[in-house]
Parts: sequence; C-alpha cells; structure tokens
Amino acid sequence: MTTVEINIDSKTYPAKSRASEHQAIAEFKLSLNPGEFVCLVGPSGCGKTTLLNIIAGLDNDYQGSISVGQQHASPKIGYVFQNPRLLPWRTVRENIELVLPEGTDPAYLDTLFDVMQLTHAQHAYPERLSLGMSRRVAIIRAFAINPDVLLMDEPFVSLDAPTARQVRELLMTLWRQRPHTVLFVTHDLREAIALADRLVFLSSAPMQVVSDIAVTIARNEREDESQVEAFRQRLLNDYPAIKTLL
Amino acid sequence: MQKTLTRKLIPGAASLSVLAFLGLWQILAMVLHSSNLPLPESVAVVFWQACLTGELPYHLGVTLLRLVVSFGIAMSLGCAIGILLGRHKKLDAFFDNWLVIFLNVPALVTIILCYVWFGLVESAAILAVVINKLPNVVVTVREGTRTLDQDLLEMARCYRFGKRKTFVHVIWPQLHPFVMAATRSGLALIWKIILVVELLGRSNGMGYQLHLFFQMFDVASILAYTIAFVSVIQLFEVLVLKPLDKKSQRWRR
Repeated sequence: MTTVEINIDSKTYPAKSRASEHQAIAEFKLSLNPGEFVCLVGPSGCGKTTLLNIIAGLDNDYQGSISVGQQHASPKIGYVFQNPRLLPWRTVRENIELVLPEGTDPAYLDTLFDVMQLTHAQHAYPERLSLGMSRRVAIIRAFAINPDVLLMDEPFVSLDAPTARQVRELLMTLWRQRPHTVLFVTHDLREAIALADRLVFLSSAPMQVVSDIAVTIARNEREDESQVEAFRQRLLNDYPAIKTLL
Repeated sequence: MQKTLTRKLIPGAASLSVLAFLGLWQILAMVLHSSNLPLPESVAVVFWQACLTGELPYHLGVTLLRLVVSFGIAMSLGCAIGILLGRHKKLDAFFDNWLVIFLNVPALVTIILCYVWFGLVESAAILAVVINKLPNVVVTVREGTRTLDQDLLEMARCYRFGKRKTFVHVIWPQLHPFVMAATRSGLALIWKIILVVELLGRSNGMGYQLHLFFQMFDVASILAYTIAFVSVIQLFEVLVLKPLDKKSQRWRR
C-alpha cells in the first residue's frame, strides 16, 4: 500500500491543424492515502484519462510532479485501461504471465483466476472471451504485479448492468484481499459510491477538483442499492454543483 | 460438417488442376508436334537424365544457395530498416525518396552496374540481388510498422515489458503478416533476378544453364530445369511457409 501525491501545475495540448492550444489540466492537486479507493467523477473529455496516463508514466509532457510511495524510483503501476488491451495472440494465462517476473509460482496465478472466476477460461485466446471476461482478465493483470497504485479507467463501461455488477463485486473481493491504493475513473455516481472511500468530482477545460467527499456508508451496507441511492440523493442535494458534472 | 467436407475436397481439386494442366500440355504438344513444345514425358526423361548425371542437382543447388544467402540478407536488413523507418518519422521523411528511386531502378541496371563496379564475382551477384529486393521488403515492413497498435505498445510500456519482450510479444506478431507477404513476393522476385544475374555473369547455376539451352534451342531441358526449381519453391511454401502461417494465426477465430 502506497501514498500517491499528484501535483500537476499544467498539462497543455499544443495547437494542431485547426484546433487551438488546449489546457487540459491546471493547478491539480490530489493525495491518495495508502490502501485508499478513490473515484474520480467528471464529465466526458475533462481529462481523466490524461491524468491516469500521466500517473502511469505514459505521458511525460506536463508541468508538475507525481510521487508514488517514498523509496521507489519507478513505482509499479497496475493500469486497467478502458479497452482491456490484451494481446490477442497470447492466451489469457500467457497475457498475465508476461507481466510477471520469470519463475513466479503458478499457484499465485491460479488463486487470482479462482477469485475472478476465470479458471475455466485461462487457456482461451482473448478473442473468444466476452467483454465482461476480458475486463476481468485486465483486472487480474493489474493486481498480479502487486502494484504500488492501481489505475482503473472506466473498466465497467459498455457492460450491461448485471455483468457490470458481477465484475464490480469480483473486483471488490479481490481488493479486500489485496487492498492496493486505487484511483478509479467513472461517469456513474452509483458505481462510484458503491466502490469508493472518497469521491473526487472534477470540472472540465481545464480539469480541476470541484469537491472531495468521503463516502460514509459502511462497505457491508453498499450491496443494498437503496442505501447507495439514498447517499446519492443526499449528495445531489448537498452539493448541487455536482449535477452539472455528471 | 460443411467445413470438413470443403477441407477434404480442396486437396482433390488441387491435384485435379495439376492433372488438367498436364493434360492440356499433352494435347497441345501432340497437336503442334514441334520440338519447341516437347511432350511432358520427354521433359520427364530429360529431367531424370539430368538428375542422374548430377548436373541438375549441382546447378539447382548453386542457385538455391545464392537464393538463400541473398534472400536472408535482404529480409533481415529490410525488416530492420523497415521497422526503423516505420517508427521514426524524420528518418522516414529523409529516406522516402531513396526508397522510391531504388524501387524503380530496373533489376537489369543494378545487375550490370554491380558487375561493372565490382567485377564478375560472387559478391557482386549477391549484392545485385539484395539491392533489387531490399526496397520491397523495407516498404512492406514499414507499412506494417506504421499500423502497429499504439494501445498495446502503451500497455507494454506501462507493464515494463522492456525492449526484447515488447519486440517478441507485441511488435513481431503484428508485423508477421507483412513479413510473410514480403517473404512470398520476395521469393518469387528473387529467383527470377538470380537467373538474370547468373545468365549475365556467372559460370554456374540455373541461369547459366538456361542460357546454354537457349543457344541450343533445347526447350525440353529449359522446361525440366524450370519445373525442378518451381517444385523446390512450392515445397518450401508447403513445408515451411504454410505451417508457419497456420501456427501464427491459430489465435484467430
């Protein structure tokens, strides 16, 4: 479990053909405590994926600093992309084995497959999996490296409601066993309330923190959808500005 | 069921088409009754005799050796340059015109220039073949590199695959169809160029032999040598390329 300090002064996309220069992120500060599950909620195109790419080290063209942990020069980042990004020419198991150090005990992977209910599909090629299953494989891959921080970019988008709920529950089972620090991007406020310790609401152009709110429902009560809905209503009443961000 | 039936029928259809071709040849040769188109069995006899004297295996072997060496150099160098140009836009912009020039220089010109500049030696012959094939491989592999999936490359970076693992598991499988296309078109192109190279400046190999047969109007020997060479290339396709293709495509639905 690791602390994450995000401090981005500015992230700008340069002018390109007809589009003028665009400042995506400005004066953005966010801290994540060890083992904390934080959901980022904001409108489409506000820069959430850009932020995750910066934290993952995929985008270094910004002003500011990111620190993950204290002693790590290069932290281990588990990233669940919006599209699962599995190698189609490798089996599900090989996809995960590729991110692990050589000689890792196979039983370690067996346990992860077991928790995510994918033991039967581990030798299949990704093209034969449903979207829900592919997303579960991507989640296993991110957890498998024992990351310092786990980034999740709308991992349940375009899943039907029952499948999204199933994958969400499996994710929570895995996270309870391995409570990594998580930064989770979503549009869905109900989903965010069901998962997070803290909700961070974001504005767009440039992206800034609007509200940072702790979720006060106990985790064991979140399976009750009426509790989640009541909390959502309370949030919308107490923070009317949020409505414009959903 | 339908698929199994089709799979069983395809080899039958292929053999039938070869038989039909031989039949057509036989009929034409009988109708024309000319030494310019000998009967298939006459060609078979010439083929067998050339095999027994060891002449055909020797010249075929020499040409195949040239093919393997020049093909190997052109493919490995072409893949490396193609990947480099596909990944670096500035380098690509600089060398793009060179590629267009080399793609359009006639094979005969390259061969003559290599022989004039470096003499009638083996290395000049190989160099001429490589220069002819190289731009073709570079262009094909460069196109493949341009279409690499950036999402997968980002995933590999994020999960710290490192250069070797990224190349073997992420880049190469995506380039494979392009490399196979370059291999197939390359084989067909290279052996034709090698024959010209041998005809113009070597004292052995298929091209040299064909030149002799041409001077003697020995069509049966020309056909016997051609069939031997085409059969070897066909064997390579069936025994090496097709299994390779099948293995690398097994993940597809």
